[in-house]
Amino acid sequence: MATDVLGAPVKRVEDPRFISGKGRYLDDIKLPGMAHLAILRSPYAHANIRSIDTSAAKAAPGVVAVITGADIPYNPLPMAWPAGGASGIQNNVNTPRALATDSVKWTGEGVAAVVAETAAQAVDALELIQVEWEPLPAVTDAEKALADGAPQLHENAPNNRVFDWQVGDRAATDAAFAGAEVVVSQRLVNHRLIPNPMEVRGDIGWYNPGTDEYTIWMSSQTPHIQRLLLAAFVMGVPEQKIRCISPDVGGAFGSKIYCYADMALSLFASRLVGGRPVKWVETRRESFGSTIHGRDHITYVDVAATRQGEVKGLRVRTLANLGGRLSTIGPGIPTTLYGRILSGPYKIPAVHCEVTGVYTNTTFVDAYRGAGRPEATYVVERAMDLVADELGIDPAEVRRRNFLPPDAFPYDNPSGLLTAVNGSKLYIDSGNYEPAMDKALAMAGYADMAARKAEARARGKLLGVGLSTYIEVCGVAPSKWIGAVGEGWGAAMWESSNIKVHLTGKVVVTMGTQPQGQGHETTFAQIVSHELGVPMEDIVVQHSDTQGTPFGYGSYGSRTSNVGTGAAVKAAAKIRDKARRYAAHMLEANVDDIEVEGAEYRVKGSPDKKKTLQEIAFALDLAFDTPPGMEPYLDETAYHDTDNCTFPFGTHIAVVEVDEETGNTELVRYVAVDDVGKKINPMIVDGQLHGGIAQGVGQALWEEAVYDDDGQLLSGSLLDYALPRAEWLPSFELDETVTPSPVNPLGVKGVGEAGCIASTAAVANAVNDALSPLGIRHLDMPFTAQKVWSAIQSAKGGQA
Amino acid sequence: MHELVTIELSVNGVARSLLIEPRETLAEVLRDRLGLTGTKVSCDAQVCGACTVLVDGLAMSACTYLAVDADGRAVRTVEGLATDGVLAPVQQAFVDKAAFQCGFCTSGMLMAATALLEDNPTPTREEVVRGLEGNICRCTGYVPIVEAVLAASRAGDAAGAARIEQGSENSGGAR
Repeated sequence: MATDVLGAPVKRVEDPRFISGKGRYLDDIKLPGMAHLAILRSPYAHANIRSIDTSAAKAAPGVVAVITGADIPYNPLPMAWPAGGASGIQNNVNTPRALATDSVKWTGEGVAAVVAETAAQAVDALELIQVEWEPLPAVTDAEKALADGAPQLHENAPNNRVFDWQVGDRAATDAAFAGAEVVVSQRLVNHRLIPNPMEVRGDIGWYNPGTDEYTIWMSSQTPHIQRLLLAAFVMGVPEQKIRCISPDVGGAFGSKIYCYADMALSLFASRLVGGRPVKWVETRRESFGSTIHGRDHITYVDVAATRQGEVKGLRVRTLANLGGRLSTIGPGIPTTLYGRILSGPYKIPAVHCEVTGVYTNTTFVDAYRGAGRPEATYVVERAMDLVADELGIDPAEVRRRNFLPPDAFPYDNPSGLLTAVNGSKLYIDSGNYEPAMDKALAMAGYADMAARKAEARARGKLLGVGLSTYIEVCGVAPSKWIGAVGEGWGAAMWESSNIKVHLTGKVVVTMGTQPQGQGHETTFAQIVSHELGVPMEDIVVQHSDTQGTPFGYGSYGSRTSNVGTGAAVKAAAKIRDKARRYAAHMLEANVDDIEVEGAEYRVKGSPDKKKTLQEIAFALDLAFDTPPGMEPYLDETAYHDTDNCTFPFGTHIAVVEVDEETGNTELVRYVAVDDVGKKINPMIVDGQLHGGIAQGVGQALWEEAVYDDDGQLLSGSLLDYALPRAEWLPSFELDETVTPSPVNPLGVKGVGEAGCIASTAAVANAVNDALSPLGIRHLDMPFTAQKVWSAIQSAKGGQA
Repeated sequence: MHELVTIELSVNGVARSLLIEPRETLAEVLRDRLGLTGTKVSCDAQVCGACTVLVDGLAMSACTYLAVDADGRAVRTVEGLATDGVLAPVQQAFVDKAAFQCGFCTSGMLMAATALLEDNPTPTREEVVRGLEGNICRCTGYVPIVEAVLAASRAGDAAGAARIEQGSENSGGAR
């Protein structure tokens, strides 16, 4: 019998190819006769296009074709998640085209493309394209874009407003503030980030003139969704004529969820050049302008509290900068995934949130690791610290006084999770917040922090400690909720799995989910091994090709653990059920008398009368002898729509030291206690946490997309945009509590974003704590040395 | 068409004679002409380390290293690390410590770590961290990577491991 590997830290199936340089990513694929595409991008943040002259480029060496927007039928890219679309909220939608025709709205928007024999020839020819521009005034800041007299981006969006959305109970919140003992207010900037997976994006489009079919390899988190969107909205061809394949994907963090112009362009280009495959791979510098950005909120938060630190009301007004046009699900991120979870793990009785989506002359903004939840966590976790600071109560104690108790679940939160038009509800499924916080406090030596601060101060360092007692929302679901909540999400949220047990007993599992480094080939093999009693080495997990895998919504939003695993468990149960019925036939027994242990199917009371799953599969797949009505083959598909999201939680504690002379901030310790429910593979969970924490720390300390007033991206390369490096980070100290989720069969929750959601707020709270002895109440991220030094100088009354 | 030039170099111990354009980078030659796609291009600006290869034993960014400059030199890539299908100690340590997820930065990390360990077989944590300062990982953070390099150093030098565990001064290698 196979050893049960569910929950074990087994080594990854993916490791051998990745460790030897044999992973096959998009740019590693070469097809016979392949041509190369390069895209000319706008040097202006805002301009009209008067004319484009491609004649010189067409005559350049190696050039096969030059394409402008005028060559492509008008099919703007889809926008699938308006803010409250079904609730009657006006969304002033403008999306990119495959290539811009009349105007550009940010530096980096594509205006023309060259197909050439080599990538270098394509890039060389771009320089020969003459565009006559009419530059226009630009605006990059959401607050400025809403002001009177601001440059206007789109005729259908007066004052650059995309939407005005709200959630929660305004009257109850106003009442909470009217009677409040203490009110704390703060303007918070959650600055813009650039995802930067190590593998940039790319596509290979291949049109088959013989069958009129299109194949596209794409570095994408969502091949099935892209097939649907490209067919239904962009390419004007039926869905069955398009095949989407994601090869190994070198990281994504949300940036590869969307329908991008280059996908349509590579397919269009391949058809234009007679069916040669056409490859486009963005350069890193290009990626900075043409792949989505994340975050970029300006928020005004008011907190109503008692003098004992109980928070009674939270009022939030947020401006969400969505860029020059809308990305695929851009408006959904700062609304549903943000406003509805603003109360976090706390029993805040009244919450009201207003969000205005804004067009600016910047790259479009969409879901980046955490997507709305880091922004919400940042607001509520800063709010808790501001209340603690105002009242002189320890921040851990304030949190303790506001935590939902363990018997509060399932919990309908006041910031709108329960909102639905058909009675369909979402609830916080489970939680037990204090033990996780207490464990983290003990690990960090929280009780001794005063002494450590004094010791640091003697060295010229300001030591600060920051907490983040976050919750995450994993696997936005169920479909009936997302469809009914009035949020206009144009898709369902279930997942799918097919399992085949072949003649040899080998098992092939095909999933609708799509990994980008998370190790799905390992985790799903662990699950199916557990369910069917087949050793992992006899199981292969396939994914990422719309030809051969059942439709799935892909992997993002930490949804695969909650939703995808349910599909695999269900498909395995169907296999077991059919195998059991066929075993009864083989063993001439009643099906009710067949008991299953691992891969053995035996007659109760007659342990010698048994068949293995392999023997059953062999006989049933050959089907020489099947009972009436039973179809051949062990081949089952299951679709799983979870009843609810899962809500991981935990406490992260950051300890920083700020150099009082230079403003340099060093993260000196990081403690995290996370509760992600049961774990399929703890080694993979730890990896997700480590990476997520580093990414969130990156936002707090270093990463920032910076535009000048003309809309030029100043942080437009990895020379200018600071990603975390080994030498800047301490070892993270991880521990856990385990509160199984009741909403899926394995009790798992998901972990893809938890680290990133928690760590930004923890570090921000730590830096603000460090600066508080100087009278600094709040400083916005990122805490670069220059910014912190300036704040210290101002606080000391010097010249900053 | 650009004028072509001939370069002669050793790649993972195999002598190669190649006719290339002078503007081709070492990364392009390895990936496109030799099919050694384990070397990854990411930042294209010599700051992320994904394309790190060894040229005459030194860690170099192949994305900005002109292939003509490799003429007469010995280049090693991730494809040359394993011997007869057996992973090098540093590769095995990366697997054991779960030091990668998507795998895209891994080749460069392995080559940077190889250069570090060949120069200094018993590095301290601080020396490992400094040795990896040119390599960015976006999935895993760095803790498991640093642990893997330390584990590989110990696997390769038991005496060094003992010194590190006792916390005594490190020899520092031949830096």
